[in-house]
Amino acid sequence: MNDFLATVVRGLGNGSIYALLALGFVIIYKSMRVISFAQPAFMMAGGVLVSHLVLSMNFFLAVLVSLLLTALLGMGVERIALRPMIGKPVFVIAIITLGVDIVIRTVVNSFIGLDIRQMGDPWGLKQLKLLGVTIDQRHLATLVTTLVVVAALFAFYRWSRTGLAMRAASSDQEVALAQGVSVGRVFSLSWALAAMLAGLAGVFLSTGIGLEQNLWLTALKALPVIILGGLDSLGGAVIAGLTIGVVEALVGNYGGNLSPVFGGDFFLVVPYLLMLLVLLVKPYGLFGTREVERI
Amino acid sequence: MRGRPLLYLSYGQDMALLNTPAKRWWTLGLVLVAVLLPFMLEDDLLVVLATAFVAAIGAIGLNLVTGYAGQVSLGHAFFLAIGAYTAAALSGDPDSTRLIGFGITSLPIWLLASGLVAGLAGLIVAPLAARLRGLYLAVVTLGLVFIGEHLFKHWRELTGGVGVGRPAAVPELFGLQFAVDGAMFTKAQKLYLLMFVLLVIFGVLARNLVRSRIGRALAAVRDRDLAAEVIGVDVTRYKMLAFAVSSFYAGVAGALLYVMIGFVEPGSFNLAMSVQYIAMILVGGVATISGSIMGALFITLLPRVTRELPAVLPFISSSSTAGGITIFQVETILYGLLIIGFLIFEPRGLFGIWIRIRTYWKSWPFSH
Repeated sequence: MNDFLATVVRGLGNGSIYALLALGFVIIYKSMRVISFAQPAFMMAGGVLVSHLVLSMNFFLAVLVSLLLTALLGMGVERIALRPMIGKPVFVIAIITLGVDIVIRTVVNSFIGLDIRQMGDPWGLKQLKLLGVTIDQRHLATLVTTLVVVAALFAFYRWSRTGLAMRAASSDQEVALAQGVSVGRVFSLSWALAAMLAGLAGVFLSTGIGLEQNLWLTALKALPVIILGGLDSLGGAVIAGLTIGVVEALVGNYGGNLSPVFGGDFFLVVPYLLMLLVLLVKPYGLFGTREVERI
Repeated sequence: MRGRPLLYLSYGQDMALLNTPAKRWWTLGLVLVAVLLPFMLEDDLLVVLATAFVAAIGAIGLNLVTGYAGQVSLGHAFFLAIGAYTAAALSGDPDSTRLIGFGITSLPIWLLASGLVAGLAGLIVAPLAARLRGLYLAVVTLGLVFIGEHLFKHWRELTGGVGVGRPAAVPELFGLQFAVDGAMFTKAQKLYLLMFVLLVIFGVLARNLVRSRIGRALAAVRDRDLAAEVIGVDVTRYKMLAFAVSSFYAGVAGALLYVMIGFVEPGSFNLAMSVQYIAMILVGGVATISGSIMGALFITLLPRVTRELPAVLPFISSSSTAGGITIFQVETILYGLLIIGFLIFEPRGLFGIWIRIRTYWKSWPFSH
């Protein structure tokens, strides 16, 4: 039982990273109707900035500075590469973000180098016992931070004026424009928020285990998460992220010997298989809005 | 019609494969140049060109489903892998204890088989595609790449496993071996000519497909699937057809792609490969066959060109271990910037640039 609970907590820890990443995807999707494939690059950028900044300052301060810089990077990318493409087919814009990802990630990789970079976080690989269950401190820290961030984000969307403007722009851009909402600013802010969330995910992903070049593939696991939760649902992203994290951890722990063909690292593809299964039943994900079509 | 070559009296004439004299002369010229090239270029360049021709077959396949039918697929690498392994297994050594092999080295047989197996896989995936659209489909096909990559890495009897790999298909046609140096031609010259002939065959086939009833139906599905359904196009059927044909092309390209290096590694069929093919059709020109070929040539030759850069720009180093900027970084950044640049400044790709040049000279000295 304790083993099971420990696995679940580990899953929740990883799942909250997926949730953070997925929230970034959903925020961009809500404002521009585009899936941004540039999120992995922002994630790596956030991580690598902290790993360099932490050499000269406190970890928490380093995280704060790195998130601000990542947000600026996100805004810059939106202004240079995405703004000229307003009104073009979404497929084209999505491919542009792929190009952006390739460029930024190459630059970031040159700052990572071939070694594993340590984040200098206070948690490391230390464990703690809670009600008889042994858990990694970093997983707990990730989960708590994610919950705080998600609560803040929802409050921002629900009660602030800017949040209202963002919701308005997402439901109808022209009407929002007519009401005096600056849609351009909404785009810019969405990219800043998404980049920050991805950066935060990057920091927590590499606490303890360190940052290396191949870690970017984790960011793509947020794609099954957003499909599962529905592309335009913030709540769905969080729930699906945690679910996929837990399922992945459980399969990793108990399903290792399912079959020799699948291999021991079968849990790596579990999110994608889960996504395919759900899509066969619900084409718009669990909480996504069904598109209404006119001819 | 002497002297008035652009006067068309029937729809058939207008839709003909080479409907203007300019196209006829250009095609003749290009084919002549392509046939004469192996006797003028170095062998290592010929191998790169042959690889580019194979990539062009794959790019044509992707363009059929993404460009013509409008179904964004990031799963092309998966179908390439299926083709590559079908061919490798069919022509593999039947006595090997480590790997599956059937010893069928005849090129037409394994080429067709790998196309058909990949096409079948495409048909299996297609029902999902019929239900989904746009970016949902893109993400699902991306999932396909990850699942396939995992499967191929672990199916050691078929693929040889990560880092080990297996020998690629053996190209042999009526007793003629393509992958060994002969008395008259070198290996590179033979492979180049073989790939060129195959590219012409598959290119003409695809061109014929898209100017037929099927091609028009695909374009209707792309432009507005609901409207297409209303005017009587069976959308599900055509989406499935597009996926099957595209996967067939991918299978063929996958089977041939590794003949040049003679070796397949399961880790190479990843997302980066899918993105590379997407880049080919975007840089070349969406929904054009000639554009796919131009894009494939461009993207495949790009690393070759950047390799020459350190000679011109001394601050770029050619080894990956030294400090400073390496050519690999320059290559990747250039590749990313090309994708962004083409989409922002010339969405019609290289084909669009060609159209601009053509229009300029056609209407010269007037601007319109």
